[in-house]
Amino acid sequence: MSQRVDISEASEWTCSKCCKALEAGSVEVAYMGSKYPVELPRCPACGIVFIPEQLALGKMAQIEQLLEDK
Amino acid sequence: MIAAISKGDFQAASETFRRTVPFPGIISRVCDHPCESVCKRREVGDPIAIRALERSALAYAVPKEIRSPSIPKKDRRIAVIGAGLSGLTAAHDLARKGYSVTVFEAMDKLGGSLWHLPEDALPRSVMSDDFDALKRLSIEVRFGAPIDMSQPPHDLQQDFDAVYVATGRTPRQSGGEEASQPYFIEVDAATFETGRPGVFAGGSAVYRTEHHSPITSMSHGRRAAISIDRFLQKVSLRASRENEGSYETRLFTSTEGAQSMPRVPMTDLARGYSSDESQQEAARCLQCECMECVKVCEYLAHYKGYPKKYVRQIYNNLSIVMGQRHGNKFINSCSLCGLCKEVCPESLHMGEVCTAARKIMVDQGKMPPSAHEFALRDMDFSNSDAATLACHEPGMTSSDYLFFPGCQLSGTFPGHAKRAYEYLRNRLEGGVGLMLRCCGAPADWAGRVETFSQVLGSFRAQWRYMGSPSLILACSSCYAVFKSHLPEARLVSLWEIFDQRGLPQVDPMPGQGLLAIHDPCTSRHEEGMQESVRNIVKKLGLEIAELPLSRDKTECCGFGGLMYFANRELAEKVIERRIHGTTAELLAYCAVCCCHFGSMGKPTRHLLELIFGEATVGNAPARPPDYSERRENRVRLKNALLRELWSDQVSEPTELNPMTLNISDEIRELMARRMILVEDVRHVIQWAESTGAKLLHKKTGRFLAHFRPGTVTYWVEYSADEDGFTVHNAYSHRMEILEDSKT
Repeated sequence: MSQRVDISEASEWTCSKCCKALEAGSVEVAYMGSKYPVELPRCPACGIVFIPEQLALGKMAQIEQLLEDK
Repeated sequence: MIAAISKGDFQAASETFRRTVPFPGIISRVCDHPCESVCKRREVGDPIAIRALERSALAYAVPKEIRSPSIPKKDRRIAVIGAGLSGLTAAHDLARKGYSVTVFEAMDKLGGSLWHLPEDALPRSVMSDDFDALKRLSIEVRFGAPIDMSQPPHDLQQDFDAVYVATGRTPRQSGGEEASQPYFIEVDAATFETGRPGVFAGGSAVYRTEHHSPITSMSHGRRAAISIDRFLQKVSLRASRENEGSYETRLFTSTEGAQSMPRVPMTDLARGYSSDESQQEAARCLQCECMECVKVCEYLAHYKGYPKKYVRQIYNNLSIVMGQRHGNKFINSCSLCGLCKEVCPESLHMGEVCTAARKIMVDQGKMPPSAHEFALRDMDFSNSDAATLACHEPGMTSSDYLFFPGCQLSGTFPGHAKRAYEYLRNRLEGGVGLMLRCCGAPADWAGRVETFSQVLGSFRAQWRYMGSPSLILACSSCYAVFKSHLPEARLVSLWEIFDQRGLPQVDPMPGQGLLAIHDPCTSRHEEGMQESVRNIVKKLGLEIAELPLSRDKTECCGFGGLMYFANRELAEKVIERRIHGTTAELLAYCAVCCCHFGSMGKPTRHLLELIFGEATVGNAPARPPDYSERRENRVRLKNALLRELWSDQVSEPTELNPMTLNISDEIRELMARRMILVEDVRHVIQWAESTGAKLLHKKTGRFLAHFRPGTVTYWVEYSADEDGFTVHNAYSHRMEILEDSKT
């Protein structure tokens, strides 16, 4: 999953607990026994990530479908 | 070939034709076209002028040599007696299989009886062009070499491994004279074997009729060549040869709606059709195909194929070991409704094929989890303690009957389910128990054999514990499930009881109006149920408009087989198709059908609404409840009945709402489309508020949080209000974020 998230949208969000701006960082995502590293905006302190709606319903859904049909 | 001509593609037509017959030039001039007598076009006009079109295919294409792949030579030798169409066809086919073929011909030229034809019927140049192609094959021709057929060909069998006798009806003797007496050889009609092993015969020497048929002679040559090849390979001469030569097709082609058209006249008889005339004549071809099921099924039409192709694709999909299984969605999209079988001349049921495929996918561990999970979770909920109930009639200790409204009626029209139960208690003697739960249809449709058997097992145990009462069913899907899987139970449709025991006296009665009855697909073979529904509608004083496809030919509402969960886009097309079948309001007697048509804007009444006078034709139907509301309705129905009928101390279902969520209709609809329940949203907010794990939007001050209670991660954008929370957006994904992987 090589898609980079539109950081401009991510810059609108901050971590509510740590009061920190989100930064791009490598996060692992897993489905159907496969794991992939993805670059996602996340809190540098607690690690909470941001997945925008478009990513969840677009690219991620597509990849889920591909993995399910494997 | 004809399809290509109709498009003006003579090149493609010619190539198809050349690939199919060994001597295309000759046959396009001399064929006696027996196929015309059975051409489907005869029913609506004249048969297609196939021979003339074959000639055009060759005439208007650039001649191109068709290269045959080089075949390894075989060391077996075959003798062919007679160089007429039959003998040369056999020689051609056998040489192409790698055999060494020797043709014995009494005359000094190829063609046999073709030479009897006048030059204008068969120009000699056409003959020589076609026979030139034989020169590239390993065929030796011995001219002036008559074989005396009065003697069995002993000598030949010493030198050759097989013999094909195609001497024609009046074989030439030594000296080239034709025999004075017609000649007939007895052969096996399927294999062309004579009484002597290794000796085969065909062509007009074996005809039983006077009529000489060049295409039949050619066909004999081809089929005898297959026998000879099998004979030399020592394999069965008879296996799988049913569809050789001419045979009556099983293909059904409807000529309904086809305009009657006469044959296109030929301006120049000597030249044949012009290219324009050829195209016009070819365009009359019906292109025989049976698409009866595809015509009536949105699903079969959607994938642009037809069952034969689909069944192969399904088989291939199930056989994939490594790689993408592109057919999964197709397999999961069928509503299993069985309309295809009803209209199929061969009774093929694609639903049965898809059900079997789903079971195999589940078995292989290859069923995509997203396809049916939501529906299966809903089934689990309906069968959880929160929603299930099983009681004898209040004040009774046994039940002659058990009312089973089904999870969808309970979720969609809980009030009607309650009133129906009251009606039944009033009208029937012997005790009417009540059971609230799901029959297991979702698991059955999803191919989850084990899950289904557990659900059915729990039901059966409970039902037996209550004394195996007669089941009164409101939902035709429950009816179908129990009919197939609980054959020991006596089933009665709620509608038959209303019909037989009389309608409740309600005020106001529905009054005047026209309703188109939609029979649910699971009622397809339940004539009694369908008849009762019509009787009820008439008793209510309403007029019935029958849909073009109804009763045993009814269509699915897009829910059957869990189509709606596996392929929403297609399910919506299915709903559209159904609701556009009539301008009248629809009447459904399945809660899901009713919701599905209503959700796409079609005024649809549920039969119980009319029976209880809670709706009339023409007034605006209420918005159907979404999945969350249906769950809440099931719980409320159970609790209300327990409280009111069995005086149980049930707390108000306030535990359903431990926090106040403000969700607009718009967001509610969005959540329903995304299969997100209010409960899922609540989980996310509870998690975020208790842990503080949430994002904050700098401008709007809204929060965004995510939580994964099971196999799906839900994201909710919300804000805090005085009395609770307002939901602004919700979405989900199935992929898991391993947030702890790198902190």
